[in-house]
Amino acid sequence: MKPFDVVILGAGIVGSACAYECALAGMRVAVVEPAVPAGAASAAGMGHLVVMDDSEAQLALSHFSRELWRELREALPQTVEYEECGTLWVAADAEEMEEVLAKQQRYANSGIASEMLDERALLEAEPGLRHGLAGGLRVPQDGVIYPPTAAGYFLSVAQQRGAQLIQGKRPVRAAEGEVVFEDGSRLSAGWIVIATGTDTSLCPWLKIQPRKGHLVITDRYPGVVRHQLVELGYLKSAHSVSTDSVAFNVQPRKTGQLLIGSSRQYGELKRKADPEMLRRMLDRAVEYMPSLKQLSVVRVWTGFRAATPDKLPLIGPTPDSTVLVAMGFEGLGITNAPGAAKLVLHHLTGAAVPMDPMAFLPSRVARAEAVHA
Amino acid sequence: MKHSFDIVVVGAGPAGLAAATAVAEAGRRVAVLDENPRVGGQIWRASLSKVARDRSKERAVARFEASGAKLFSGHQIVDGDAAGALESWVAATQSLETFSFERLILATGARERFLPFPGWTLPGVFGAGGLQALVRSGYDIRGKRVVVVGTGPLLLAVAAHLKQDGARVVLVAEQAPLSQLMQFGLSLITRPGKIVQGLSLRAQLANAQYRTGCWPVAALGDGTVTGVRLSDGSRTWTEACDLLACGFHLVPNTELATLLGCEVGDHGVVVDADQQTSVASVYCVGETTAIAGVDAALLQGRIAGLAAAGRASEARTLHMQRDAERSFGRRMDRAFALRKEMLTLAMPDTIVCRCEDVRFSQISQAAAPGNGWTNAKLQTRCGMGPCQGRICGPALNALFGWKNTSVRAPLFPLPIAALCSSPLATDDATTLVTQEN
Ligand SMILES: Cc1cc2nc3c(=O)[nH]c(=O)nc-3n(C[C@H](O)[C@H](O)[C@H](O)COP(=O)(O)OP(=O)(O)OC[C@H]3O[C@@H](n4cnc5c(N)ncnc54)[C@H](O)[C@@H]3O)c2cc1C
Ligand SMILES: Cc1cc2nc3c(=O)[nH]c(=O)nc-3n(C[C@H](O)[C@H](O)[C@H](O)COP(=O)(O)OP(=O)(O)OC[C@H]3O[C@@H](n4cnc5c(N)ncnc54)[C@H](O)[C@@H]3O)c2cc1C
Repeated sequence: MKPFDVVILGAGIVGSACAYECALAGMRVAVVEPAVPAGAASAAGMGHLVVMDDSEAQLALSHFSRELWRELREALPQTVEYEECGTLWVAADAEEMEEVLAKQQRYANSGIASEMLDERALLEAEPGLRHGLAGGLRVPQDGVIYPPTAAGYFLSVAQQRGAQLIQGKRPVRAAEGEVVFEDGSRLSAGWIVIATGTDTSLCPWLKIQPRKGHLVITDRYPGVVRHQLVELGYLKSAHSVSTDSVAFNVQPRKTGQLLIGSSRQYGELKRKADPEMLRRMLDRAVEYMPSLKQLSVVRVWTGFRAATPDKLPLIGPTPDSTVLVAMGFEGLGITNAPGAAKLVLHHLTGAAVPMDPMAFLPSRVARAEAVHA
Repeated sequence: MKHSFDIVVVGAGPAGLAAATAVAEAGRRVAVLDENPRVGGQIWRASLSKVARDRSKERAVARFEASGAKLFSGHQIVDGDAAGALESWVAATQSLETFSFERLILATGARERFLPFPGWTLPGVFGAGGLQALVRSGYDIRGKRVVVVGTGPLLLAVAAHLKQDGARVVLVAEQAPLSQLMQFGLSLITRPGKIVQGLSLRAQLANAQYRTGCWPVAALGDGTVTGVRLSDGSRTWTEACDLLACGFHLVPNTELATLLGCEVGDHGVVVDADQQTSVASVYCVGETTAIAGVDAALLQGRIAGLAAAGRASEARTLHMQRDAERSFGRRMDRAFALRKEMLTLAMPDTIVCRCEDVRFSQISQAAAPGNGWTNAKLQTRCGMGPCQGRICGPALNALFGWKNTSVRAPLFPLPIAALCSSPLATDDATTLVTQEN
């Protein structure tokens, strides 16, 4: 008998959530992390738990996942800093106000609470915003967490259920129920789940591109911002396929700090922050919220999102029947981790999920390309 | 504003001044940048006025001023690139300035090391050097009962200064055992000058007690410090005080060197015989390379200055002397090595990271085998505050052997305005205050 039912490669938030679900389902689980658990994208991301409505599939997965986070709320340790601060989508002009209306409709159709704000209500909700904005949409049940400790929680629950963490060894091959490590050692399991974020060395056929983002965290200024603030133009930025883009995106942390984003760049692999991109991003933030200018910056860092051609994650089986993947979460992997783990469990055990799992199959990307070619 | 120099020196302490002087005298254009408004670094800045005139300082400063080197004070380096540019923040004008260079000499000095022990975060507990600086800037210490604890030659110097400023220094408690210090003393026989320095400090302390082989177990007090419990291994006792000054020797300021990609070893930035770092365009001198005192700093500065100006051979004659000073530093490290009891002072609820209120038990939980600084930081937030691990980092290094390799620009907190296009207008400075209330 193989020593493990499932070995999960990568202990980011996605791998950790998979370990959690599999361990709760009674499987014998191993998690392999060559570096620091939750030390890659999951240590860099904002931790905004948000329902995204850019496609049916994304809406279903992010809604399902957000509700899973809300159910977990009581169990999460203090250090996860969960806060249901809500998202406030900010509309700059009349055109964007129309988009607010459409967005509210889409949310309502899925049973997601949201509330339209006119200019006055917007300024009452967030007095730091500049005057002259058109209004916005409040999505009260969206939230914020601190991702590294959330991943740490998933991992520790899995470990309490007997999951084993194998740290400091790098897998170089994963196929036919066997993982081969750099040092030549091997590990066999019924299934392998690859959850290595932007690292596609174990599955080079996947179309995943790193997409760099900058973040800035300030000193503590409690109460200055109350909701996660995102400009409606954010989706334009997230969806632009080739060009570098920035968007106004400010998050209040439970610590009283503000986390300021966001930028998106393809083809840029250096971890060092780029002063020009940073300037563009902060100019945008200050344009919406002039008082930010005086706040003190404590740290600036960058992270890499795993972008797929159609902006949806790759979750499910591969041609090798022992290997599954759970990757390609772009800017939404923190939100979608619990839902993705349920999808993985669905593929392993047939457990039900309230959405169409087909929409996320890795094979769709290859198929779509064949159609276009 | 943009500036361009052949050579840029960061730090205007003894090492930096000596380096810049050598460069300028060799006919190259050189700038010295320091965040402080005054030259002199830790040691010379502190020992102004009252204490006996320091002739080596006066000579060095006079020669520097005559050399033609250009001084930029109030410039805090926040970013840099070994390829040829530094970015400095000038608080006075609320703006960033850029310095381009062919070669760079780092002379960023050292800071005090703190070790967590119960009560060390109580009001009234200060870093020894920090308290001295506070007194220099006007804090009235007359009549206050002060206990000085920790380790290192700095303790005596600080105690002597505080006494001169009117403090009642009750006790200086040095953790190193006498036997260890004696060996160090003996090894100094070849260097009479240093013995005289030590003796004169001791004499200035007059009737204050100097005790070796004892250390603080806890700072006591409800709301503010009222005493300190001490131990010598066999008994513990309490000493009443109004202020407690503590310092556990020094650690080099290696952040800028790390950001520039220079190799950093256990004692500081790694350099070769010409003081060149692993990055060819960057030299490093003084305490940043290892704690070895002012004489080593002056020699290293001169060697690096000549080498960077293309006259390395002229400096060869100084190498032997410099190496002797370095070995003095190594002997000092051994003499003041931390005893193992110093690493077990923290209790589970003792705060280790002051910025983020992280307690010892949280950190030790995250300290599983295979986990280092990054994991502890991500899981507990230690080192994530405004000081970015400058204070808790050296403590965690002593306690767990971890290194903070994760240095990012800006090296010091900056207003957002500094990083974006629109400057900080003075007239909107009020809005923040109202929002904070
Ligand atoms: C700037 C920025 C802002 C973001 N903001 C948000 C947000 O607000 N909300 C949100 O939901 N999402 C956000 N995201 C996205 C989110 O951070 C990521 O989608 C998520 O962290 C991905 O998690 P992961 O577990 O897939 O990958 P990672 O966290 O990158 O984990 C992958 C792990 O795999 C390991 N690994 C690598 N190679 C191997 C190998 N060969 N074998 C085994 N293991 C390996 C790595 O060491 C790593 O630990 C943001 C991302 C960025 C960059
Ligand atoms: C919600 C949130 C809030 C935060 N708040 C704060 C805050 O208040 N203050 C603060 O200082 N920081 C904060 N952080 C940021 C955190 O400290 C890091 O800066 C962040 O994780 C970005 O990482 P970094 O690139 O700086 O990584 P680092 O901190 O530099 O850590 C990366 C580690 O991984 C190693 N590493 C990097 N790349 C690789 C690789 N390819 N293979 C193997 N090892 C590698 C590095 O050597 C290093 O040890 C916050 C992060 C989040 C997600």
